[in-house]
Amino acid sequence: MDHSSTVAVLRSTLGEEGFRTSQFRDNFRIVVPADRLFDALRALKEQAGFDMLADVTAVDYLHYPNATDRYGVVYCLVNTTTGERVIVKTFVNDPEPRLPSAFPLWKGADWLEREVFDMFGIVFEGHPDLRRILMPEGFASYPLRKDYPLRGRLERHNFPAIARAEG
Amino acid sequence: MAVRPNENFLITQLDWLANFVRANSLWPMPFATACCGIELMATASSRYDLARFGSEAIRFSPRQCDLMIVAGRVVMKMVPVMQRIWLQMPEPKWCISMGACASSGGVFDTYAVVQGIDRFIPVDVYVPGCPPRPEQLIRAVLDIQEKVKKKGTLFGREFEERKAPERPRALALELAPQEKIVAPGDYRTATQEWEAN
Repeated sequence: MDHSSTVAVLRSTLGEEGFRTSQFRDNFRIVVPADRLFDALRALKEQAGFDMLADVTAVDYLHYPNATDRYGVVYCLVNTTTGERVIVKTFVNDPEPRLPSAFPLWKGADWLEREVFDMFGIVFEGHPDLRRILMPEGFASYPLRKDYPLRGRLERHNFPAIARAEG
Repeated sequence: MAVRPNENFLITQLDWLANFVRANSLWPMPFATACCGIELMATASSRYDLARFGSEAIRFSPRQCDLMIVAGRVVMKMVPVMQRIWLQMPEPKWCISMGACASSGGVFDTYAVVQGIDRFIPVDVYVPGCPPRPEQLIRAVLDIQEKVKKKGTLFGREFEERKAPERPRALALELAPQEKIVAPGDYRTATQEWEAN
């Protein structure tokens, strides 16, 4: 698929050096810096016609060979008129990974960003209701971070046991 | 002089009557969270026909049931719900832990899945299998019936001695608090191998 018009839109918004692109089979990937992420997403939506946010997810690159940033956040966009798809990626780091929320652009970002927050602890500024969506309210950790133990920190056994005879 | 039956004689016969009635009309409460629930449905439906053993009256309100069948994996978030449902069931009540996941966590040894419901509620019969066949669940119901007939009492005196939680050794003792495991296996070793090449 031809992505030249999409690249032209990004070029006029971010400048020639403001982003990187790569292609793997039919995946067209755009890497943008975190401080220009919202501008890039807005240009893609309003000028390039990407009217659907298909997915928001994240990757933890802790201990990953040759990785320079801790978290990668991935946005999958679809242009429902032409069927064009792009993958927008940005990187954030500890101690307080923060990104602007995509909720003002796509209402579908609501639960997707809540899930990323729940699993990775990445805060989306401007999100209307950034609560945990899968884990219980009182949960303290972010389970999909690589430094979180697979078996947890004993949260799953932190409940009272009920005896058969009451009282 | 009139012959008076002693108290034990009378109570024993009432126990027998109560056990006879209870054992042959166990009302299951299906706490079905996963694939075991499908086998539970098959057990209740016409081919395997749990009604042959008097347990066809499956109710979805815990207040009408006396046999809780926990079928499937139970996640951390579900434990308070399960405990509340168990406490809402009227006495006398029994519990079947159906399948590997409910009994031990099964293959789901992750941060969210509890490693056996018996850590949190009392269990009478465990059913192995992944998922167990309907015949195995019927066997478990028959075992509960046998337990009721042999040990049951009118006022539930057989439960009185079970005052302590009947849980296995706490997992907290087996796991070092700082133990860090990343799937699959030890991630640090995997990284060293990668760097060596």
